[in-house]
Amino acid sequence: MRKHVVVIGGGVAGLEAAGQLTKVGVDVSLIEKESKTGGNLNKWFKLFPDRRSSSEVKNYLDGMTVNNGINLHTNATIEKFSRSKSSFSITTNAGKELKADAVIVATGFDLFKSERKEEYGYGIYDNVISSADLEEMFRKGIIAKTNGAEPEKIGIIHCVGSRDEKVGNFYCSKLCCVTAVKQAIEIREMLPESKVFCFYMDMRMGGALYEEMYREAQQKWGVNFIRGKVSEASETIENQLMIKVEDTLAGRPLKMKLDMLVLMAGMEMSKGGKKIASISGLHTGENRFFAATDNHFGNNKSNVEGVFYAGTCTAPMNITETISHARAAVLEVMDYLTDSKI
Amino acid sequence: MSKFGFSISQCRQIDYESNSRRIAEYIFENEPSFRLCIECGGCSATCTTGNLTDFSLRELNILIKRGENDKVRRNLNKCMLCGKCSLVCPRGVNTRNIIVMAKKAFQISD
Repeated sequence: MRKHVVVIGGGVAGLEAAGQLTKVGVDVSLIEKESKTGGNLNKWFKLFPDRRSSSEVKNYLDGMTVNNGINLHTNATIEKFSRSKSSFSITTNAGKELKADAVIVATGFDLFKSERKEEYGYGIYDNVISSADLEEMFRKGIIAKTNGAEPEKIGIIHCVGSRDEKVGNFYCSKLCCVTAVKQAIEIREMLPESKVFCFYMDMRMGGALYEEMYREAQQKWGVNFIRGKVSEASETIENQLMIKVEDTLAGRPLKMKLDMLVLMAGMEMSKGGKKIASISGLHTGENRFFAATDNHFGNNKSNVEGVFYAGTCTAPMNITETISHARAAVLEVMDYLTDSKI
Repeated sequence: MSKFGFSISQCRQIDYESNSRRIAEYIFENEPSFRLCIECGGCSATCTTGNLTDFSLRELNILIKRGENDKVRRNLNKCMLCGKCSLVCPRGVNTRNIIVMAKKAFQISD
């Protein structure tokens, strides 16, 4: 008898898992809360490290799912989640009840809401934007201040909502450093007259080709890197942004006027994921992401037999890692469906 | 010596073995969050004293940990104990109390 798996979340992890399950002959129902698939991928224009268009990745993922006749439920959230013996019952907001032999949770992440770091002035001052807002500008092909003028001096603040006890996030979101470097290069490409300054605590370039991008940003694009955590942003009487930071390597406080400030928002457990955790009894960790049963060899396994995790609902990951993690989740599901007597 | 317009320059190396870390140890014991500092400089950026004088809590933190206590002793009293630094610290270090504890540690050792 054919098996049926419900995949919760239609972002990179959910789509990859659904696609791979379909390939191996499992019936899949994919549940997505938005009207279309793609999740956070849709917010990004080009991707690190090779600056490929995000739509290419989207097309690959949709090609084996949405455009391959998968059973897709959009605008769907989960209201009930229960397990009896070896079968799951999942009820959506539309009142549809789905039965499943196994479940993959791929609820992903939400970007940190930058207004929570009030001292950086997001939503208070003009021209303070988030990394996702900047991607939107890249997509439109124009980087402009709220008055329409081209910014000349642009600051990028790393670790907004990450490694910060004040917002309750101890962890490093891992991708913001390389995103800062990517976006700094893209700004310099589009605005050759501009100056870009990255304010960082540590440069965490621990991914394939990240360090090379960092080097390129310095060598080819003249991006400036200043080591220090920006303490606050304010506005001068001329309506210009001003930031305060300690240039820790010079050992001196530094102030700088900027035309635009870009906040590298970190990753948090998604709202949807939190809701599922609350109705399903799935364990979450101190960082609020779902807690896998073993960090080394049970990284896709949950505390509920038959429920597996894929992607950034467990920890910050880049797209490459997310796809690998989703494939690993599929392998766990296949093991489970084969081994169990269901 | 100054008459001759030259002097013997002090060695710039931190001599880890001969430096005493008793001030650091006292603070570790009485304000354990002292260990959490990652030298981001957020405290120094927001510090009013630091903007006007040669005072940096971030610098003092590391000097205390290395046992370079002379500069710490000379600068401690510049702090106005306003506590703005502790509002900024991403590691939740009780920065203001570090100054208080450092002062106590010097009092005890003197």
